[in-house]
Amino acid sequence: MFVIIMGCGRVGARVASELSRAGHEVTILDVNPDAFRRLDPDFAGVTLVGNGIDVDVLRHAGIERADAFAAATQGDNRNVMASQVARHIFEVRKVVTRIYDPLRQETFEALGLEAISPTVLGAGAFLDLLDPNGRRQRERHEATTDSERPTGPQT
Amino acid sequence: MFAIIAGGGKVGYYLAKELVQQGHEVVVIERDQQRANHIEADLGSIMMVGNADEASTLREAGAERADLVVAVTGDDEDNLVICQVAKVRFHCQRTLARINNPKNGEIFHRLGIDDTVSATDVVLSVIEQEIPQQHLIPLLRLRHTDVEIVEAVITEGSGVAGHRLRDIKLPAPATIAVIIRDGQSIFPQADTPILIGDEVVAFTTTQNEGALREALLGE
Repeated sequence: MFVIIMGCGRVGARVASELSRAGHEVTILDVNPDAFRRLDPDFAGVTLVGNGIDVDVLRHAGIERADAFAAATQGDNRNVMASQVARHIFEVRKVVTRIYDPLRQETFEALGLEAISPTVLGAGAFLDLLDPNGRRQRERHEATTDSERPTGPQT
Repeated sequence: MFAIIAGGGKVGYYLAKELVQQGHEVVVIERDQQRANHIEADLGSIMMVGNADEASTLREAGAERADLVVAVTGDDEDNLVICQVAKVRFHCQRTLARINNPKNGEIFHRLGIDDTVSATDVVLSVIEQEIPQQHLIPLLRLRHTDVEIVEAVITEGSGVAGHRLRDIKLPAPATIAVIIRDGQSIFPQADTPILIGDEVVAFTTTQNEGALREALLGE
């Protein structure tokens, strides 16, 4: 598949390198050309300097034929905006967004984004190691808060 | 009216000042404490320090009962998220976002934002109105539609010059609404002629703009 990744930080660079190694076509975007040094030396994809919230940049990256889009910059709002453009304007089938703020994650999941929150995942991993016995209780708590999430227009 | 303004930069400050003077209830959300103090010294206790893209801040500002949320920070992505959070979480009736990239107007609208304002677009349209050239000048786009009001100045090379309206075949959909001749507005009838130097104001769609330009200004 053809994947566009926005943000060549540690996570973005790693995902891009792994996908490229697995034989997928990858284009990675970053506003800072120095960021591409994080990529695997064998990275076979395309690097592109530009801001993924700009539709012209996304078009140039080939968004119109992309099978998947991942937003992994440091900015929640940048990720949210670029992902919604990819999903709702260019109708990319698979879009994954990084959102640090768990509340914002809920809001934009209600708007149809598939989001990963490093805050939730990181805290969960810490808690599982620090307090393994509390895990079941936490999972029950999560299940209740899930059902209380706001419902919004689903696309 | 109760308006929440997100962003206490220059746009947010002057907007708040105008609205307060008109007697509206206003809360301005600004990240920077110093900037907030500065505005508060001038406009009174209308400031809230915090991040407007966080639901808790918007709630505290009173988003649940706001008639309008205006996002005028310097970043398009922040303004989008602020307006979307106001819509999704607080069912805010009307949201307005400032945008830098004019192309985001269409995108924001499709993502549920009621209105956008682009300084770039405003400046661009003023420049286009200043420069005399064989162009169709977009004057206004009707909200939530693809209908546009455009203007064209009829020159010697124009194929319609000297013809009456009934004899002119315009590419549909297009309607000539007003002709401005020597500073006078004429609401044209079928037998009104179009003359060289006329400013013709027409309704059309964005898709039909090219065809209308050709019809009005082409040889």
